[in-house]
Amino acid sequence: MSAFSYREALNQAMTEEMDRDDRVFLMGEEVAEYDGAYKVSQGMLKRFGPRRVIDTPISEEGFAGIGIGAAMVGLRPIIEFMTFSFSLVAIDQIVNNAANVRYMSGGQFAVPIVFRGSSGMAGCLGATHSHRLEAWYAQIPGLTVVMPATPADAKGLLKTAIRSDDPVIFIEHEVLYHEKGDIPDGDHTVPFGKAEVRRPGKDVSLITYSRSLKPTLAAAEELAAQGVDAEVIDLRSIRPLDLDTLIQSVVKTHRAVIVEEDWPYCGLGAGISDRITREVFDELDAPILRVASADAPIPYNKQLEASMLPSVPRILAAVNDVVYR
Amino acid sequence: MASVQTEAKPIVDESKALGWLRQMMLIRRFEERAEMLYQKGNKIGGFFHQYSGQEPVAVGSIGVLREDDWVITAYRDHGHALALGMTARAGMAELLGKVTGCSRGKGGSMHFFDAEKGMMGGHAIVGSHIPLAAGFAFASKYRGEDRVALCYLGDGAINQGSVHEALNMAALWKLPVIYIVENNLYAMGTSLVRSSSHQDLTIRCATPYGIPGHRINGNDVELMAKTTLEAVDHARAGEGPSFIEAMTYRYKGHSISDPGKYRMRDELDSYIKKDPIVVYETLLKQRGWIDDDAIEAMHEEVKAEIEEAIEFAEKSENPPLEAVYEDITVAPFISQE
Repeated sequence: MSAFSYREALNQAMTEEMDRDDRVFLMGEEVAEYDGAYKVSQGMLKRFGPRRVIDTPISEEGFAGIGIGAAMVGLRPIIEFMTFSFSLVAIDQIVNNAANVRYMSGGQFAVPIVFRGSSGMAGCLGATHSHRLEAWYAQIPGLTVVMPATPADAKGLLKTAIRSDDPVIFIEHEVLYHEKGDIPDGDHTVPFGKAEVRRPGKDVSLITYSRSLKPTLAAAEELAAQGVDAEVIDLRSIRPLDLDTLIQSVVKTHRAVIVEEDWPYCGLGAGISDRITREVFDELDAPILRVASADAPIPYNKQLEASMLPSVPRILAAVNDVVYR
Repeated sequence: MASVQTEAKPIVDESKALGWLRQMMLIRRFEERAEMLYQKGNKIGGFFHQYSGQEPVAVGSIGVLREDDWVITAYRDHGHALALGMTARAGMAELLGKVTGCSRGKGGSMHFFDAEKGMMGGHAIVGSHIPLAAGFAFASKYRGEDRVALCYLGDGAINQGSVHEALNMAALWKLPVIYIVENNLYAMGTSLVRSSSHQDLTIRCATPYGIPGHRINGNDVELMAKTTLEAVDHARAGEGPSFIEAMTYRYKGHSISDPGKYRMRDELDSYIKKDPIVVYETLLKQRGWIDDDAIEAMHEEVKAEIEEAIEFAEKSENPPLEAVYEDITVAPFISQE
């Protein structure tokens, strides 16, 4: 067990998988000679050469499609989007092709591809560079969507994603790249569809993922000081969802707050709340509440931007509502 | 009498030429009968885009491929699938939505797939399949193979950004892909004159990328074969992509629901008068490779093959209802309902 940054964890996952399997290659804008816009692919060109670490023109739709085509005939591409905001340019390829080809062909083709890159509010980038699109992708059958919150999960989930025979949307968070954490030694993988209980508790279930894990754990500590024992669940997999772990938790605590960075309307929390409510309505002592970003584009101004994010005070306020304090 | 001019010297022997003639007949008959099933029996759902009139483009170009090459096309895909050797049975069953169809009833008219034949699909989002072809070619080069990818698109598709993104990267990385635009002069109901800044599409798609551009009579099956072979040799030699503009014409509207009122009857008549199948029959007769009786026999044989395919399709089962959740992912699919 050694400490590495989230960025290093991702680099290790790709490097180890490319060492293991010649079918795996990395393609995207600035991944090679620039060493990655966020330095996630640092050193990889040097190690693997331009055959396997490939700089592309600024043509997201084109290189996403080239990756899908290569995957259909047996390669295992990792396609980096500099940010997931730019994946909107490629969304036709991801939704109409990557997610559909297997189904439309009656199972004749697999599309083993990973689309990865940064996402989320990272500090005064304005509306175009701050999108959180997990709910968009999670709605599409055929796609797997994962969002690691820690370096260990970043490495373990990315290795699983690269080995997956299905298209995986792997959403990183820009502010997590420098976060450090312990990563188990050896061939560390994390299965899809398994949430992690980060803090056990009995009074309220706090369900979150990605960057929001940090303020949620901080809120749980404050709640503990106030005599409320919160359980914190990190989803890790957005699709498939680990509904069993959520239900077990809610059956124990009878209350839930979902903490998500995406928009509230038709956001991820809406779907999760619906599923829990239908499964264990009788166990709930309060409506499931959600702490999401404001229903607005992301403003440039620092104070405005900060006010939109799920924060400790906003999480505490929601918990106070569900425990009727 | 139909014209017997052909611009290419014969690059085929008798048996290959007769095979191509038969394939063109088969495609024509397949679609004629399918249209009847669509109109009368209400047995075919969704959109149905006919290829009639364009048969030489698919038959001639696919005719020079190797078995391990790849073919991908857009939604007007029946002709390419049959030219690749997909059985009329598998095609007809797919049109009827049956589990025995080439995409197990999940694809329909616009989404014919056949992995075994290298039929990488009919794709119904205009422009969307064009980068995929570059991806097949990328894989070929990555693995050090000399397999090529053939990609058909319509003249409407060239206005999509995906075409230019893919052409740029294919040229930049010298990928073994051949783009064949089937210029039938109309994108749905919008004529090329009203949608393209240049009428010569090689000026838009070949010249800017510094790749070979060929503007040819696509209704000449042997010229199609000759030109494609040139592009295939270029690609296999590691010289990169080519762009072929095959001038052709579709007899029917954009789809069955389209009476084609945006074009003049004279225009259609002038093309029907030089029907490529009749032209090729005449040419092969002149070469002494076939006579009227043999042509008639071939027509009858093709008719019988299509009737047998219809019977097979009609007798086939619908997919079971559980199939809704099958083949979504390779890993066991977990529904999020």
